[in-house]
Amino acid sequence: MEYVLYIGRRLLAAIPVLLGTTVIVFFMIHLVPGDPAVTLLGTHATPATVAALHQQLGLDQPLWRQYLDFLGRLLRGDLGHSFFYQVSVTSLVLGRLSATLWLIIVGALFSVVISVPLAAWAASRRNSVADHVIRAVPLLGLGMPAFWLGIMLILVFALKLGLFPVSGYGTSFAEHVQGIILPALTVALALTPILIRSLRTSMINVLGSDYITTARAKGIGTGRVIVGHALRNAAVSSVTVLGVNIAYLVGSTLVVERVFSLPGIGTQMIDAIFNRDFPVVQGVTMFFAVMVVAVNLLTDVAHASLDPRVRLS
Amino acid sequence: MTSVPFPGRSLKPGTATKPRRRARRFNGPLIIGLTLFGLLILAAVFAPLITSADPVAQNLPQSLLPPGSPGHLLGTDRFGRDVLARLLYGARIDLRVGVLAVVSPLIIGTILGLISGWFGGWFDTVLMRIVDMVVAFPFFVLVIGLVFALGPGTGSIYVAITMVGWVAYARIVRGEVLIAKNQEYALAARASGLPTWRILLRHLLPNVVLQAVVFSMSDIVLTILAIVTLGYLGLGVPPPTPDWGSMIQEGQQFMLTQWYLAALPGFAVVITGLALALIADGLVERMNRR
Repeated sequence: MEYVLYIGRRLLAAIPVLLGTTVIVFFMIHLVPGDPAVTLLGTHATPATVAALHQQLGLDQPLWRQYLDFLGRLLRGDLGHSFFYQVSVTSLVLGRLSATLWLIIVGALFSVVISVPLAAWAASRRNSVADHVIRAVPLLGLGMPAFWLGIMLILVFALKLGLFPVSGYGTSFAEHVQGIILPALTVALALTPILIRSLRTSMINVLGSDYITTARAKGIGTGRVIVGHALRNAAVSSVTVLGVNIAYLVGSTLVVERVFSLPGIGTQMIDAIFNRDFPVVQGVTMFFAVMVVAVNLLTDVAHASLDPRVRLS
Repeated sequence: MTSVPFPGRSLKPGTATKPRRRARRFNGPLIIGLTLFGLLILAAVFAPLITSADPVAQNLPQSLLPPGSPGHLLGTDRFGRDVLARLLYGARIDLRVGVLAVVSPLIIGTILGLISGWFGGWFDTVLMRIVDMVVAFPFFVLVIGLVFALGPGTGSIYVAITMVGWVAYARIVRGEVLIAKNQEYALAARASGLPTWRILLRHLLPNVVLQAVVFSMSDIVLTILAIVTLGYLGLGVPPPTPDWGSMIQEGQQFMLTQWYLAALPGFAVVITGLALALIADGLVERMNRR
């Protein structure tokens, strides 16, 4: 019961955050220097088109009215109309969402599969050579641009070894799978330096706790202690660590999609920026925020199911 | 956490002080990081002395020369521009913007965090709600969206990064103030009737600002990554000004034949990131030892 209550509380807490993100997305257009309509239309600006755009964007209304209209349309799932494609932003974004979602899911999966064992290994052999290597290598990764890493992976695994397609997402499921592996690996490797560092620390804390000492004192081997005893508690912290950093992962999909020409919402945002298609940029930014809030919620739920203390407090 | 002392060591007299004193003098990560970063800054500042080549001058007959060519240590790009010169002059842009863009978020975030943590109340509530809103966006997405709205150029990059970056500092400093304000020195300062601004600036700030400064080191890395990403996407520093991000983007077309064109600027970013990460680690180590 308190589990349901806990999830309900988390859901309620997400509402003001989402509302806040709409304020930021709404004000983006008011950051455009000068008259947004003139800037957005560029060479197409005539007094008539400017006036028409003013009306379309509601820029002739008072600010509070503009925001309420924006919010009202948002609640009906209406993110406005694309200047460039002349269709609704919602349909554009929804059509591109699946590639981005797969990239996030597979990327998160890869990052866990890579970081958890390495962090556990480093923590269990503290101050050994392996530990030092596992601690030092992520330092190199911290400053590694995700898009550059992607290009280097293309160079090695696609161009030199020919294992994966250079770019694209294909049309069939098999092609999707082939096309998502390198981008997902890129996204995962961009996140692992941060993950490994925090996980190793929490793993060391878990390994130092009394119940592990008890397990060891009973004569259980190191391997079994880690897998059978420490890992479950370390999983709790890995979920938290992943949750804290997931916004970073979601953000890196933006440019990684571009590198691999994946038809996701990140590529869409960049294209829209070059087309000066303001409603699409706004819409995609909003979707990114919704995804981060949703992932944070999922992390909380996962955390609560792994660790009963969370939902009782 | 890393602050946990080595268990058992303090129980043996004699061994307790000796290694600690030696360790305090030698802080490997900090020294290596500062040296590396110092070298990078020197290379950027003295770029005209290191290479006589012009980073933007085109020389088409000399295009796409391999590294080691006479007069072009790292070769040339497709316009025949010297790659080494472009890397060095690119460091000028990327390091300067990266470091400077962190200054205003650091100052604004620290001040807001100080006020928020000390006074609490409605200001604290409102500020933390705003922080939650900004944090709900992926950093890159919001920065790219803001730079788009503000228009291209370095000025927009500074503004966009300030608008997104201050929240982290506000959070860190607020957290530190919440702990510090109930410590004895803060209570004593309050009891002695000092004016609030004096307590905040003279007593609290020096104690809480260190965490923010340490964070700013990894924040510079993140900021440089954002600048390079913007450059790669064609939204950063306008061409032909050399920038590591646009260099990677231009090099990407020549992956099959001249892979180093895209690889070299990336290495420059990685080395910068390594230097700053080492400085941050070294500072944390130093704080924990105190």
